[in-house]
Amino acid sequence: MPIKTPAVPFQGTAEQENKLLTVIGEYKEREGSLLRILQEAQEIYGYLPIEVQRLISEELNIPLEKIYGVTTFYSQFSLNPKGKYRISVCLGTACYVKGSGEVFEKLQDKLGIKGGEITSDGKFSLDDCRCIGACGLAPVLTINEDVYGRLTGGELDEILAKYN
Amino acid sequence: MYRSNVLVCGGTGCSSSGSKLIIETLQEEIKKNGLEKEVNVVQTGCFGLCALGPIMIVYPEGSYYSMVKVEDIPEIVSEHLLKGRVVQRLLYQETVTAEGVKSLRDTDFYKKQLRVALRNCGVINPEVIDEYIATDGYQALGKVLTEMQPQEVIDVVLKSGLRGRGGGGFPTGRKWDLARKLVPNAPQKYVCCNADEGDPGAFMDRSVLEGDPHVVLEAMAIAGYAIGATQGYIYVRAEYPIAVKRLEIAIEQAREYGLLGKNIFETGFDFDVDIRLGAGAFVCGEETALMTSIEGNRGEPRPRPPFPAEAGLWHAPTILNNVETYANVPQIILKGAEWFAAMGTEKSKGTKVFALGGKINNTGLVEIPMGTTLREVLYEIGGGIPNGKKFKAAQTGGPSGGCIPMEHIDIPIDYDNLISIGSMMGSGGLIVMDEDNCMVDIAKFFLQFTVDESCGKCTPCRVGTKRLYEMLEKITSGKGELADLDKMEELCHYIKNNSLCGLGQTAPNPVLSTLRFFRDEYVAHVTEKRCPAHVCKDLMQIKIIAEKCKGCTACSRVCPVGAISGTVKNPHVIDQKKCIKCGACMEKCKFGAIIKE
Repeated sequence: MPIKTPAVPFQGTAEQENKLLTVIGEYKEREGSLLRILQEAQEIYGYLPIEVQRLISEELNIPLEKIYGVTTFYSQFSLNPKGKYRISVCLGTACYVKGSGEVFEKLQDKLGIKGGEITSDGKFSLDDCRCIGACGLAPVLTINEDVYGRLTGGELDEILAKYN
Repeated sequence: MYRSNVLVCGGTGCSSSGSKLIIETLQEEIKKNGLEKEVNVVQTGCFGLCALGPIMIVYPEGSYYSMVKVEDIPEIVSEHLLKGRVVQRLLYQETVTAEGVKSLRDTDFYKKQLRVALRNCGVINPEVIDEYIATDGYQALGKVLTEMQPQEVIDVVLKSGLRGRGGGGFPTGRKWDLARKLVPNAPQKYVCCNADEGDPGAFMDRSVLEGDPHVVLEAMAIAGYAIGATQGYIYVRAEYPIAVKRLEIAIEQAREYGLLGKNIFETGFDFDVDIRLGAGAFVCGEETALMTSIEGNRGEPRPRPPFPAEAGLWHAPTILNNVETYANVPQIILKGAEWFAAMGTEKSKGTKVFALGGKINNTGLVEIPMGTTLREVLYEIGGGIPNGKKFKAAQTGGPSGGCIPMEHIDIPIDYDNLISIGSMMGSGGLIVMDEDNCMVDIAKFFLQFTVDESCGKCTPCRVGTKRLYEMLEKITSGKGELADLDKMEELCHYIKNNSLCGLGQTAPNPVLSTLRFFRDEYVAHVTEKRCPAHVCKDLMQIKIIAEKCKGCTACSRVCPVGAISGTVKNPHVIDQKKCIKCGACMEKCKFGAIIKE
């Protein structure tokens, strides 16, 4: 399968690479640590571009195919960069029955992007997520660490306006 | 000694509604009033009534303040904490009666509950091991290591009748017994904890980890002693940062106290626990997939046998139990198998925690004895359906479960009863739906979930769920035929019978159960091309009632596609060809003149 490269070119720094190499060094000898290394790598770079996966592959001596298989299997890993503000709409059952599906659709319209994409100015990215455990506030969305609950759909413009 | 203890919920629900800021403000105000030596602020786990968060309880009075706002804090501090006058207006109104303030225990939400697995949640500070020890923590481990043989431990768990709380309901004691005996002289065995709560809408495991993390560590060590393992792994979702942090703190403190590590209680027993972060894959709730994931691979399941009790993690004998199951173990050891077996029904002992959500007044976590009826849970504990709407169904078991209609609402909840009506216990999500929810749409929602989460290893699940989803889509878009319903049923049984793991074997349940209890809704979609709940967009229209429309033009201004026309002070009309059914006009209309039909 051809690997799709994202629209934004890879801009990793030497500092990030050093950090990653330290992490790899720390976990390399431990059994079954690939997931942990990928999680740390995503912390460092914000996503897992193919360049980073290739580096991990070389350092761990694990074929890139296998690493790519793992990164595309788990929803936590993103092969595309995320926005400065990461919007995540809960599509868990409790939120869905209270209308989060419509909130998600409205956001797609407002931002002009689909789930999993990023606005061209790099400001917002939009994803759906499964239950964050705040079902008492359903329907819920999060923007970075901020949680907005009991949404009706009418307040979305106001919420988005807070982020610049 | 403090004169007063203020407990503030630091669980996910209350944190999301700002409890952290509440705690900070509270501490500032207490300082301002010079009360820092008299009043103690404790951040606890979940109290259960998430709908009313952030929640705060002041002891010794037991005053239950709900939906606390930052601006209320100065008043609570100066009135209640300084002068001893409870601020009645801010209390949970259920507790306020003409005769005075009644105890939380006597409110509808709490009085039918029985907290066993959640006993420490909302009571202790989860980040302080001494508080856990003060509530009998690690006593069961001490008893097991110093007074009991491993086989005796297993016998107690067997006799208690404890069954797995993660979904399947397999007897916990039998699992342990197999892992102890199947491979004699195994050089290494493992104890795993499934904290990868994947069922969207269930968050009890998260609440136990956030509110009482030590109970899981203690139970895992007990299990380790029973089966002969020295290493444990907790596989927890990376999406649960608070739970992960508290677990890390708990593990560190337990090691410091010598309750994990080498030579525990100087009995020569070694046991340690490591955390592995899940990366978001529902299938990893399946035991073989979870173990494959701990090993650092794609979390795909593998055929059984061999069962994990024989060859699990790194091919060593392994047991896997979920968080809530473990949370019951220390008390079973301390209070005895008979105590536990006295609760519940004949084949389902003890209690079960449910995450009550959806169209219900008291959303939150409830723990009830097995055998409580669904009606009691929904109408007494849950406080009924909001906005005077009619109950339609309760969904249990998440994407593997089914929808329970009104006619079965008096069924006592236990493993076997739920299966007999086409649903299952699952991990304990209980989502309530009212007349505004379309059951075909709900079935489609769950199928979309399984299509996304199917790992792709076996064909019946990978292709079958996709085809099933497409058939549902055909029906919700108004192109369905009656014959499709029978075809769907046939495909459902094919997927159930032929899939490799539990994900595929249960994936068709939401379709089968809605077909069984809400077939009339499917038929309305197919023959009348009508969605009775007005949810499916292709089968509904948005209309303006001319008599109610005042001609204010608000709707036509907000319509994104210019589908609404009309002049000022005259009734407006929606052009159905242009309308995209976004509903923006309905939100704007102040006169209730726009309806879905």
